[in-house]
Amino acid sequence: MTFIFDVLAATLRNATPLVFGTVGETYAERAGILNLGIEGTMYAGAFFGFAAAAATGSLWLGILTAIVVGTAAGALMAFLSVTLGTSQHVAGIGITLGLIGISEFVNRIYFGSADGLRRIEPFQLLEPFGPDNIFSQYGLTYIAFLVVAPLGWWVLRSTSFGLGVRAVGENPEAADAAGLSVAAHRYAALMIGGALMAVGGAFFTLASLGTFTLDIIAGRGWVCIALVIFGRWRIWRGVFGALIFAGVFSLQLRLRILPGWDAVPFELLLALPYLIIIGALAVSGRNVAYPGAYLKHYRRN
Amino acid sequence: MLSAGETTPQAVVELRSISKRFGAVQANDGINLTLRRGEVHGVLGENGAGKTTLMRILYGLTLPDSGDTLVDGETVDISSPKDAIAAGIGMVTQHFALVKPMTVTENVILGRAGGAVLDLERARKLVEEAAQRFGLGVQPDLRVADLSVGEQQRVEILKALYRDCRVLIMDEPTAVLTPQEVRALFVTLDKLRSDGMAIVFISHKLPEVMELTDRVSILRRGKIIDSVKTNTVDAGQLASLMVGHPTTAGKRHAYSEPGATVLEVVGLSARGRLDLPALSEVSFTVGAGEILGVAGVSGNGQTELAEVLSGMRKPDAGSIRVGGTEIAGLGPRQVVAAGVGRIPEDRHEALVGDMSVSHNLILEHLDEIGSRSILDTEQIRSNALDLIERFSIKAEPDDLIRTLSGGNIQKVLLARVLAREPSALVVSQPTRGLDIGATDYVRKQLLSRREQGAAILLISEDLDELLLLSDRIIVLYRGEIAGEIDAATADRDHVGLLMAGHTEVV
Amino acid sequence: MLAVRRSASTVGVVLLATFAITTPFIMMAGANPFSAYAEFLVIPLTSRFSFLEVLVASIPLIFTGVAVAVAFRAGYWNIGAEGQLLMGAIAGAGVGMAAGDQPRALVLLTVILAGALAGALWALAPALLRVKLGIDEVVTTLLLNPVALLVVNALLNGPWRDPETGFPESDRIAESAQFPILISRSRLHLGFLVALVIAGTAWFVLTRTVAGLRVRAVGLSPNAARFAGIGVGRTLLTAALVSGAIAGVAGASEVAGIQHRLTSGISPGFGYTGIVVATLGALAMPTVVLAALLIGDLTVGSGSAGLALGIPSQLGDIVQATVLLVTVGVLIYRKLRVQPPLADAPITDVVEVDTS
Repeated sequence: MTFIFDVLAATLRNATPLVFGTVGETYAERAGILNLGIEGTMYAGAFFGFAAAAATGSLWLGILTAIVVGTAAGALMAFLSVTLGTSQHVAGIGITLGLIGISEFVNRIYFGSADGLRRIEPFQLLEPFGPDNIFSQYGLTYIAFLVVAPLGWWVLRSTSFGLGVRAVGENPEAADAAGLSVAAHRYAALMIGGALMAVGGAFFTLASLGTFTLDIIAGRGWVCIALVIFGRWRIWRGVFGALIFAGVFSLQLRLRILPGWDAVPFELLLALPYLIIIGALAVSGRNVAYPGAYLKHYRRN
Repeated sequence: MLSAGETTPQAVVELRSISKRFGAVQANDGINLTLRRGEVHGVLGENGAGKTTLMRILYGLTLPDSGDTLVDGETVDISSPKDAIAAGIGMVTQHFALVKPMTVTENVILGRAGGAVLDLERARKLVEEAAQRFGLGVQPDLRVADLSVGEQQRVEILKALYRDCRVLIMDEPTAVLTPQEVRALFVTLDKLRSDGMAIVFISHKLPEVMELTDRVSILRRGKIIDSVKTNTVDAGQLASLMVGHPTTAGKRHAYSEPGATVLEVVGLSARGRLDLPALSEVSFTVGAGEILGVAGVSGNGQTELAEVLSGMRKPDAGSIRVGGTEIAGLGPRQVVAAGVGRIPEDRHEALVGDMSVSHNLILEHLDEIGSRSILDTEQIRSNALDLIERFSIKAEPDDLIRTLSGGNIQKVLLARVLAREPSALVVSQPTRGLDIGATDYVRKQLLSRREQGAAILLISEDLDELLLLSDRIIVLYRGEIAGEIDAATADRDHVGLLMAGHTEVV
Repeated sequence: MLAVRRSASTVGVVLLATFAITTPFIMMAGANPFSAYAEFLVIPLTSRFSFLEVLVASIPLIFTGVAVAVAFRAGYWNIGAEGQLLMGAIAGAGVGMAAGDQPRALVLLTVILAGALAGALWALAPALLRVKLGIDEVVTTLLLNPVALLVVNALLNGPWRDPETGFPESDRIAESAQFPILISRSRLHLGFLVALVIAGTAWFVLTRTVAGLRVRAVGLSPNAARFAGIGVGRTLLTAALVSGAIAGVAGASEVAGIQHRLTSGISPGFGYTGIVVATLGALAMPTVVLAALLIGDLTVGSGSAGLALGIPSQLGDIVQATVLLVTVGVLIYRKLRVQPPLADAPITDVVEVDTS
């Protein structure tokens, strides 16, 4: 039984950054923009959150810094894709490369050479029911599942802002004709999304690891993009996908230490969740209905 | 019909010397227009006359080069739909500005939620209220994608009402409706008029303008030719004002006895979008030197018929023979090889916009170009120059398609198809959106192919075009052939009844 | 071609903007921006050794740039060149380690072909998923990148681990499998020629052949291509596999030409940089090669700037990304400025103003 609870607790923990990232990307894509800057935004959130926490000694200032960095990254994506109308693929990849470069550059300058890890005291686990049960989680995990996902869902569904985001992503002409600003909604969606992605990245450095290492995101931003499609742009389905990925991920971590499994290279076990997600897409992602204005630039005149 | 009142009603909106130029084209040229409370104002003009541009300017979707808009006597700056809505102006465009996956209520409330949290109750109440008052029955919680075209149009009107508009622009509202839906729309518009709404009714259909409007302004080549009270003119006068000169394509050769059957379709069934049945058991033949017209209200299977015959959609059942060769279920390449020329309803889906004229001209016959697999630049260029000359296309071989006007794009398509002298032609909406000159040209080309013995299937939503060009006409209704008429003796009413689904008991 | 012909002013604007945006970072590192840029761009070209190093650095970028450009031209968003490259590296190393005293030309050819085959195979699944099931290739090609790196690490920590040092590096490949050096006293190897030949071939096929016209038509308008009878699925599949194969050769070339063994750091993101190169080169092969040389110059320059001025070499990545974003931004801005309003107006307007 402890094995199962262990895996479940780890699943919730490992799903946390994915929930942040997936909700963030859902906002971007619901507004019609594919934000491939997510990998770099999570990376920059991880690094700058860590750097600010290390410099000030305040973990919450770290989170705040990640939010600022993520919002700026979202605004940059919006400027390139909404205001200028460049290819969203290229703009997103460029932002990812740039943010990873900046993070590693600043890391080198302020934290010295790549070796010699600098550690901080990360967030403590909240343990409302004592230690060692599935409720023993970081505060950010609680925020992800109890605030970010439900609030993100509710805002999209039941507020005029959410209605506007969905409208500009489905049919910007209609939104425009209804007197909505397409650009403002897309900027807002990308900036909110960027902030969420960055906090998701900061979860690694400020909570689960307590340090910054190179390649810390390791493609989890790309996983979030896949989860959004898997979830068909619905928040809860995306969260469900995050749980599947994190579940497989946590399971393989536990399997590794079981006797008999050590013969399997752990890298192949690590690859498993990625392959499962591709498989899940192949099964459920066939000819899904993308947001109507996905990848489409809108200009009235 | 309700009278517009004894005294001159007050002007709500006044457009003063509006001008707009696109490239070399003066779309609007010093236009003055006054819209008054409680009247329906017809704006009549041919395709390309500048009607839509004018209305887009009034609604803030297009910025004029010069001119003023006055609302209640005050000059206002309308540079976005938001400004127009604030000034009490609403618009129902030809292509509905609706978000299809959202519900009716969500669409109505969009951009006008009146608070951070959506008040769907209020919108739902209004939708129900308006349904009773104006005959705009729509279920508030249905997704727009699941509504009929007529219902979607009602949602558009509801949107305008929800925004408290006093001016309602209706751009070609009847083009997509069945005759019954047109009747219902007219009843609604009548009620709105008596409620004090100023309605702009844009159309090129004379009978509708005569029936509905209080005043009518005629647009020709970007200018208002005349503004008159509708009850002081007759349809003939309006027609000559609108066209300015008699069309030339009207003179056609006599109806001919068709030659041997070239295109034979038997028991053709196919599904359309969303996998719904779109064609069922359609059979017809087209002989050499014959034009068979296909009439019908949009969405009754014409699109699918053209797609199946073009090799773009696989039929579920049935046979298509061209000169004896079975082509049902084959792809575009084999269909072309069998001697079918295809002009699709959306020419932008047939040509690569960012590719040159010369390359687009060879795209259907890449197998025959050059030596082996290397492109022969000289041959491609001389082929293009030759076709540009023969089809009087205003373009250079290296021009990108997207830089050409609609008429020239259609000519490139015609050139690509007709140069192969196909024995059968499948032509959809060949003159949609073209100006008079280009329309004449396209029609002449089709007639001349008919003279040379081609079998032509002409699908068009323009009934006049069908009556003008066809030898026989079949009418599609809900994917079935509702009737067949000899074009020489056909009358519009009869065709109209068939289009509306009345079976041939008349 | 476009990017070059777009007049020197575009290049000037891009360079100025890039300089302005990256200056704060250079100053953060305590260096003078002007001397830093001299170090980045000019100094590598001033000595024989460093010039040849620029060419060496550009080799994998020519491969990946061409690979990405071929796919993008077909409208296939292959973001997986990184993973395909790693697979090519594995295959190249495998063949190289297995090789003995067979004829050298044969061994070299096998190394290259093995790299191509492995890259194409890694590209196959996303391509099939896209063509057969309509699943977005952006996601699947991206997700396979980390997986490919895990496969490399699994080999290096497992069966291929260096038995002597215990480092996660493979054995050296056979002498016969190592790419010959083209110019003495340099590292410029056969891969440079192979890259140029592939770029030239890609250019010829895309611009001068019927197959290339098909690819371009599919990339610009899949609907119109299909209407004209072009097999869209087959064209996409072919472009995806060719793209993967070229990226795979990049990996084999790095193994056989530079490292002479498989290491987990065989690619510092060449696949992603390929997207930068392809975009800067406006997807036209001659300019893609030029863009690869420029990024190669920057790579060598940012390496030496690290030594000379104490600037972390990651600044090179920042400059790359900045150049990319500024270039696409400036090109779009110019296009907006020069385009007649007609071309931009919505369809309904175009219809209205028809004059033919």
